[in-house]
Amino acid sequence: MAEFALSRDPFGRLVLTGEDGVVHVAVVPVRAFPIGAPDEGLSLVSADGHELAWIARLEALDTARRTLIEQDLASREFVPEIRAIRAVSSFATPSTWTIETDRGPTALVLKGEEDIRRLARSSLLIADRNGIQFLVRDIGALDRASRKLLDRFL
Amino acid sequence: MQMNEPTQPPTAPDSAVPEAWRAAVRERLAAGERVLASLEIDLDARLRFGDGLVVVTDRRISARAPGAAAWQDWALRDDLMLRKRDHAGVGTVELVDGARRIDHWCFTLGRDTAAQRLLEALELAQVARSSGTDAQRPPPRCTRCQAVLPTGSEECAACAPAPAEAPPSTWVLFRLWRFARPYRGQLLLGFVLTVLATAATLVPPYLTMPLMDRVLIPYQKGVPIEPGTVGLYLIGLFGAALVAWILGWARTYTLALVSERMGADLRTQTYEHLLGLSLQYFGGKRTGDLMARIGAETDRINLFLSLHLLDFATDLLMIVMTAAILASIDPWLALVTLLPLPLIAWLIHLVRDRLRTGFEKVDRTWAEVTSVLADTIPGIRVVKAFAQESREAERFREANRHNLAVNDRVNRVWSLFSPTVTLMTEIGLLIVWGFGIWQIAGDSITVGVLTAFLAYIGRFYLRLDSMSRIVSFTQKAAAGAKRIFDILDHVSSVPEPAHPVMLPKVEGRIQIEGAAFRYGNRAIIRGIDLDIAPGEMIGLVGHSGSGKSTLVNLICRFYDVTDGTVRIDGIDVRSVPVAQFRRHIGLVLQEPFLFFGTIAENIAYGKPDATRAEIVAAARAAHAHDFILRLPHAYDSLVGERGQALSGGERQRISIARALLIDPRILILDEATSAVDTETEKEIQKALDNLVKGRTTIAIAHRLSTLRKANRLVVLDRGQVVEVGDHETLMEREGAYFRLYQAQVRQGDESDEASRHKVWRDEDTDG
Repeated sequence: MAEFALSRDPFGRLVLTGEDGVVHVAVVPVRAFPIGAPDEGLSLVSADGHELAWIARLEALDTARRTLIEQDLASREFVPEIRAIRAVSSFATPSTWTIETDRGPTALVLKGEEDIRRLARSSLLIADRNGIQFLVRDIGALDRASRKLLDRFL
Repeated sequence: MQMNEPTQPPTAPDSAVPEAWRAAVRERLAAGERVLASLEIDLDARLRFGDGLVVVTDRRISARAPGAAAWQDWALRDDLMLRKRDHAGVGTVELVDGARRIDHWCFTLGRDTAAQRLLEALELAQVARSSGTDAQRPPPRCTRCQAVLPTGSEECAACAPAPAEAPPSTWVLFRLWRFARPYRGQLLLGFVLTVLATAATLVPPYLTMPLMDRVLIPYQKGVPIEPGTVGLYLIGLFGAALVAWILGWARTYTLALVSERMGADLRTQTYEHLLGLSLQYFGGKRTGDLMARIGAETDRINLFLSLHLLDFATDLLMIVMTAAILASIDPWLALVTLLPLPLIAWLIHLVRDRLRTGFEKVDRTWAEVTSVLADTIPGIRVVKAFAQESREAERFREANRHNLAVNDRVNRVWSLFSPTVTLMTEIGLLIVWGFGIWQIAGDSITVGVLTAFLAYIGRFYLRLDSMSRIVSFTQKAAAGAKRIFDILDHVSSVPEPAHPVMLPKVEGRIQIEGAAFRYGNRAIIRGIDLDIAPGEMIGLVGHSGSGKSTLVNLICRFYDVTDGTVRIDGIDVRSVPVAQFRRHIGLVLQEPFLFFGTIAENIAYGKPDATRAEIVAAARAAHAHDFILRLPHAYDSLVGERGQALSGGERQRISIARALLIDPRILILDEATSAVDTETEKEIQKALDNLVKGRTTIAIAHRLSTLRKANRLVVLDRGQVVEVGDHETLMEREGAYFRLYQAQVRQGDESDEASRHKVWRDEDTDG
């Protein structure tokens, strides 16, 4: 791993200073496997889309830099996890679902059944009309009513 | 587009503020302060859902973050600016000044347009402030076509979205009426025949009554049988059977004929509609699923209409008629007989819902099974090359296993259903026997009446049993119809204009203004401006993924821009009928697709009425004539699904001939030569040079050398134009193009070496 320094500028952007002393402003951390293995493989990408540094494991990084990266990720990563499905407007698409997520209650519009992607046996990724990805980590962990509603779309 | 007269400056927040916030905003406004735009935000800084609002007025920016109790204000000053960015479905608006970020607000991308308006409003306010004039609210524009909206309306009349779909149920089947309409005459005839046929089948049980009471019972009491009377009754029985037979045949034939035609109409209309949908739709669907819908589902609906629905109607008629006859003979006995009916109806209703969802599920898993096939068979070379046959077989087995599991679950409910109805039937018969004997004992009815009742309800309950089956058929058909109407109701994302502008002659000027395109949550094209003169050749250059193909797709109107406009000869492409517009575009793709048919048919695909001379001329111009003549049947040679017998270069030249034949004003070459080696490329290049002459051409090429003839090169990077100019200018500038070119020159020697090897090998196999 190449050595680099990380800081935050007054505009709230990450600034990376490489080994060679070149300063990159507005660096973006990107997880390589956001769903499969979120903590493995993280890339710091420059504003024009080139990789500047590769971090194999986030834990291996010192606290200061890790905090900076984690802060940035927290403000950009948005995959609400569905905790419960309260109601659906119809069983045919497009359908509006009233849901509870780990980020509070909201509604999503499902455009078509093909927007529900099966990740593993019991986890789903649901894309809503605006491109937000909602995660169902474990279908079995949902309550009965939610499971029943969800089942109609699977 | 004509600008509307600026309206009187409003003092109260009106359409610029969402309904829910109006009172709160009005309260805070100073006298004479005007709201220019507002953005309802639905996420807080930690990206949790919550409601908030950002308002831009002519004096300040106000915000109330989700969860915050108080408003925050920033008076306008010169260096105050709003910036917008988005990532993974979340948009962020940042308030910055020259030195730092002051605050930021997050929202889901559904509000992206509102956010854009907020930014524009602040810009306008800043301009007005510096020039000392009154800030005007930017006129609201249609999010689709950017036309200025009439005051007070939220949506452009031309692009108003289709209303949300009504929840489907069994009622969806009634929508099939649209397809039944043309055949209403035959349907009416069929209905009359059904009534008559049913009535005829009800005569024989009625005749058992006098046979019993007037012939058999008196005989047991010692009265001799009168052959004349018996003969008359028997002839009556036979006659009724004969009439029922003829009528039954006529009705089944008539109605089957009609339903078969309806099924065909349904199929063709669905397919026609499907072909009209945009590429975006096809991109998101699996071929197997679409094939299953058009093939199997329409067939199922057809079967339902011709067989099951017909039977059901007959049954229903029979029950009503039987009930009437029974009531006319003996009301009390009729009442007892009909008692199990509501119970059975309730049972049917109970099972209905469970079965419907079950059958929908069966359909979906069935589509999954076909999808596996549709995925694998076209990719069979890859499967074999990586020796993954067993993996694919396992995938298919897995899909089948899922299919079985779902079917098993449905069958569990379903298998219980029929026997239960049969049991009800037996119990019903038992009740009638008991009640009938008791009545006979009380001398209320004759033996003949009971016999007639038993004869009737024998059929009656039998019908109920078969009627119960209609539940599953209806559910299956409804599920099928829903999936069909899913396609039919899908409005193309490239809609036909409501007021089409005719485009009789095309010069070939293309103007792209502020074009942006977003696929899901990914912005692929952002704010591209490009003016292409008639007859000009433009080379699109950039890394893969820089948006070259998407830009071309926007020009072809395979997709519509999310923002901005694409104009041809000054007319918005969205106001021209799609087919008419595309007639002026010739497209040569990287992977030329040849349909099953002869070479001549393939060349004439865009102009089926082309003469043979035209076809040969086009092939000649495309440098395809010679190799076509070498084929065993020349122009009449058959080429397969993917033109397997031809090499890549040969297929490409056929597709160039195809584009030449329609003589388009605009020509699009999307990596037309990248799939072939350099030697073949030279051949193709010669063909292309013929094609390009005098046409507006947009060429995408990975190999920059193929764009020598371009008047201008447009360098794209991550959805934006970074450089424009001819080869020399761009080389002098030493920018993005220079770097691309350098990289290719460095690789040039190696790839030349490689392609030379490839040519030898091609020649080996050809010979």
